[in-house]
Amino acid sequence: MSKLVLLGDEAVAQGALDAGLSGVYAYPGTPSTEITEYIQRSGQARQRNVHADWSVNEKTALEAALGMSYAGKRSMACMKHVGLNVAADPFMNAALTGVSGGLLVVAADDPSMHSSQNEQDSRFYGKFAMIPVLEPSSQQEAYDLTRYGFGLSEKFRLPVMIRVTTRLAHSRSAVIRSAAREENSMALPANLRQFILLPALARKKFKLLLSTFEELEEEGKSSGLNRLEKGTGKKRGVIACGLAYNYYREVAEMHRLDDPVLKISQYPVHPELLRNFVNAVEEVFVLEEGYPLVEESLRGVLESRYVIRGRMDGALPRDGELNPSLVEKALGVREGQPVTVPEIVKDRPPALCNGCGHIDMFKALNEAIADYGPGRVFSDIGCYTLGALPPYNAINSCVDMGASVTMAKGAADAGMFPSVAVIGDSTFTHSGMTGLLDAVLEASPVTVIISDNSTTGMTGGQKSHATGRLVEICGGLGVEKEHVRVMIPLRKNHDKNVAIIREELAHQGVSVVISQRECIQMVRKKRVS
Amino acid sequence: MKKDIILAGVGGQGILSIAAVIGIAAVESGRYLKQAEVHGMSQRGGAVESHLRISDKPVHSDLIPEGECDMILSVEPMEALRHLPFLAAEGWIVTSSNPFRNIEDYPVDEQIFAEIRKVRNHILLDAEKIAGEVGSRRVSNMVMLGAASVHLDLPAKKLEEAMETLFGRKGEDVVRMNIAALQAGRDAGKRV
Repeated sequence: MSKLVLLGDEAVAQGALDAGLSGVYAYPGTPSTEITEYIQRSGQARQRNVHADWSVNEKTALEAALGMSYAGKRSMACMKHVGLNVAADPFMNAALTGVSGGLLVVAADDPSMHSSQNEQDSRFYGKFAMIPVLEPSSQQEAYDLTRYGFGLSEKFRLPVMIRVTTRLAHSRSAVIRSAAREENSMALPANLRQFILLPALARKKFKLLLSTFEELEEEGKSSGLNRLEKGTGKKRGVIACGLAYNYYREVAEMHRLDDPVLKISQYPVHPELLRNFVNAVEEVFVLEEGYPLVEESLRGVLESRYVIRGRMDGALPRDGELNPSLVEKALGVREGQPVTVPEIVKDRPPALCNGCGHIDMFKALNEAIADYGPGRVFSDIGCYTLGALPPYNAINSCVDMGASVTMAKGAADAGMFPSVAVIGDSTFTHSGMTGLLDAVLEASPVTVIISDNSTTGMTGGQKSHATGRLVEICGGLGVEKEHVRVMIPLRKNHDKNVAIIREELAHQGVSVVISQRECIQMVRKKRVS
Repeated sequence: MKKDIILAGVGGQGILSIAAVIGIAAVESGRYLKQAEVHGMSQRGGAVESHLRISDKPVHSDLIPEGECDMILSVEPMEALRHLPFLAAEGWIVTSSNPFRNIEDYPVDEQIFAEIRKVRNHILLDAEKIAGEVGSRRVSNMVMLGAASVHLDLPAKKLEEAMETLFGRKGEDVVRMNIAALQAGRDAGKRV
């Protein structure tokens, strides 16, 4: 079959298409966005009419994917790691309902927080839900494991997680495809009560899930994805999970190491595999991208005669992503003095683009709120989070999708006035609308500025479901008509915009200011094409 | 044959296009390839890099180990220096001399050039000037790729074909200008 050069994300997408995917559901989020974008561009997907439109958020995405699975078809929900927090409710419960058509949940983790608020490790979610987790170490494995994952999901009637991290998601390599499988046809579940989690039924389902766990461990032993690679060394053994396996192989080749390796790409890992491996060597290095999941399970809390090295004893840093040099240092084979970066090299953090509408909005807001003093602006997740940096210094929070609105309400409840939220259009429809309803219900004195650039900007310009709907949404939620204001953030409108914001800041109830101008990057893109 | 290259620049300067051209040319030449990119927040005017690894044998790590990089290819001089810990003793720095000043504490040009000249194997080029001469400053990135190609084990013809693959849908003029930039950069690289 054909050979393609694909990002890890794209390899997941192609693997899913070739496995007979009928629908992908997702909200954009780095480093997961390119999975869905690939399917949106794919001729193969278009020809088969595979669903690939963006969802409003990760929760609606996963629920829709579960619905497609209910109807017998293979579906996939993709998200960044923190997106899985949003989708945690359907995620945990889908482990109890089980699936009909194969269901994959792709979680793309971002260790080192290249573009995220934290570096949580999604494998813990898989463990929490007690479902299988597959962790590819290469683009080819991303393709192969996605295909295998659908079969696994249908075999055990459980959702399966594919966990990738930034370096795999955004790294390109050759992938060899295998013959595409047909899509499942629509079929209702054999048991029409399978998806009803009434307590009496849910208890039975949970017992079923618990009883499946050992079979999942067995599967991880027989699938070949957790495999022992023999080495001549007797002293040291290396347990390498996912992408960390590549770093060990790189270092081993550089320094001619030949340690026995337990390569792990499937969870749960059978305890016998770990026990046998650890017993055969004097010390074990555990290399994993993210939190020390396997390492922690080996260490336990009781005193032990085993020597376990990894992130928890300082052999590797506790935080941040791994790389070959860190592995070299951990294994004690790094030679020579490290070269340092010349002092004249300065940090170059990301910044709002020249001509960006968020800039004019922040300038107007800063002037309008100056009389009240600093510290009253909550914000959210998106390009406008860069308003935290100089020269704007305009916002005081960035926590999670939608938190600007609800934190502003809470602070208003505490007596802070004015209390302002700055949120993007796509983030508003993702998770801001419900919080705005909270504020409306109590007529809380908050001013919500929706900085509407008509796209999901930070992730590269995906469709925003808010476009053209914001005035109606805010009105529908009950914000008084005269306090839903629209302004165009341009330099020439500055004084007018300051006046609008000033008026709404003074209002003793809920007000919304929609600052509406298209993303400058999208304008340029349109001009080029 | 093994070439480990770090591409460096500022978000929006077109380093991913350089990566894509080299990547296509490498695969079309039957080489193994891994190429790690930066997406997301940093692309907004921040420092960006791409690790590009080409080899006759399968490549393990997506990231280049420190001290093992054969070439830092940069479209911005200060960004070239940011990756010095990765450069091998005999490695090359190939960089544009055109500073991108979007931070307040950007150093003095001459200080940057002095640091670059400390590396024995270096090419420092006024890429914008050369690109302007072939048609547009926008193709400065391809001028730098041309200069670098002198020290990459990839035939110029393969790089040109890769440009046709990559830019073909943007029209013949775009392809022609990019190829002209590549050739001009190559000539300039040879003269150094």
